[in-house]
Amino acid sequence: MAERFGPGDRVQASRTDPPYHTRLPRYARGAIGTVMERQGRYPLPDRSARSLPAEPEPVYAVRFTARELFGAGDHTVTVDLWESYLRPAALEGNR
Amino acid sequence: MSGDHIGPAATLAAQVRHLEGLLEQRGLVDATELDRALEAFLSGSSPANGARLVARAWLDEEFRSRLLADATVALPELGLSMGGGLQEQRLKVVENTEDSHNVIVCTLCSCYPIALLGPSPTWYKSEAYRSRVVRDPRGVLREFGFVLGPAAAINVWDSSAESRYMVLPRRPAGSEDADEQSLAARVTRNGLIGVAPV
Repeated sequence: MAERFGPGDRVQASRTDPPYHTRLPRYARGAIGTVMERQGRYPLPDRSARSLPAEPEPVYAVRFTARELFGAGDHTVTVDLWESYLRPAALEGNR
Repeated sequence: MSGDHIGPAATLAAQVRHLEGLLEQRGLVDATELDRALEAFLSGSSPANGARLVARAWLDEEFRSRLLADATVALPELGLSMGGGLQEQRLKVVENTEDSHNVIVCTLCSCYPIALLGPSPTWYKSEAYRSRVVRDPRGVLREFGFVLGPAAAINVWDSSAESRYMVLPRRPAGSEDADEQSLAARVTRNGLIGVAPV
């Protein structure tokens, strides 16, 4: 599987709140950020934690502004996210 | 369900002991084997390792570039590694500058580069630090007695996947004549997390 995203790409984190283990932090759900770097490929914990087959997939460092995440603040938060948690921000219509 | 690691540490410790007891009872692990593995892992783990990396980076511009570009590859130059645990983790070093400051957290649990920083402090694992530092890093730093100038932009790094982070603090003013060893001695664990200047 080729990397879907690269540095500079605008991406939106999933809004789904799954009923199983996930490593998409709640505060980042639905937020739009910028890919900073590719970090390699690792099995998706949402699957591996349930003992389901989990092929390694790309993980990205994604930077969000505090304003985007919390509605206030002048800092940024960079979160490491599996590709399954992300979609291109440009394709996202109503948020 | 990203917040399912909460609960008093005492309860967790009791659960781990219970599980360990069951595994031993069924002959799946040997108690001394577990102790040996833990000992081997922790014996080489100390913030002195992170401090050595920082001092070398302050003195050697080329090493600094390599460390920032790909820390995992630069570590062996000082005889260090991220290994010792279950898997060798990727390290990312983030550099403080005059106008940009970095702080490390793991909001989901307590991910931390143990090999380079030693076992993590209790506050790092606390709900208070994990939930507040992403929202109000400037306020949290102030509580550590670290007042950052208003011009410095803050980047918080949430170790939510398989990379581990370490901060490269700014070299203290007036340390121009210091040698590598005395520079390393000035670096603190909190400086490597980003809640202290050095």
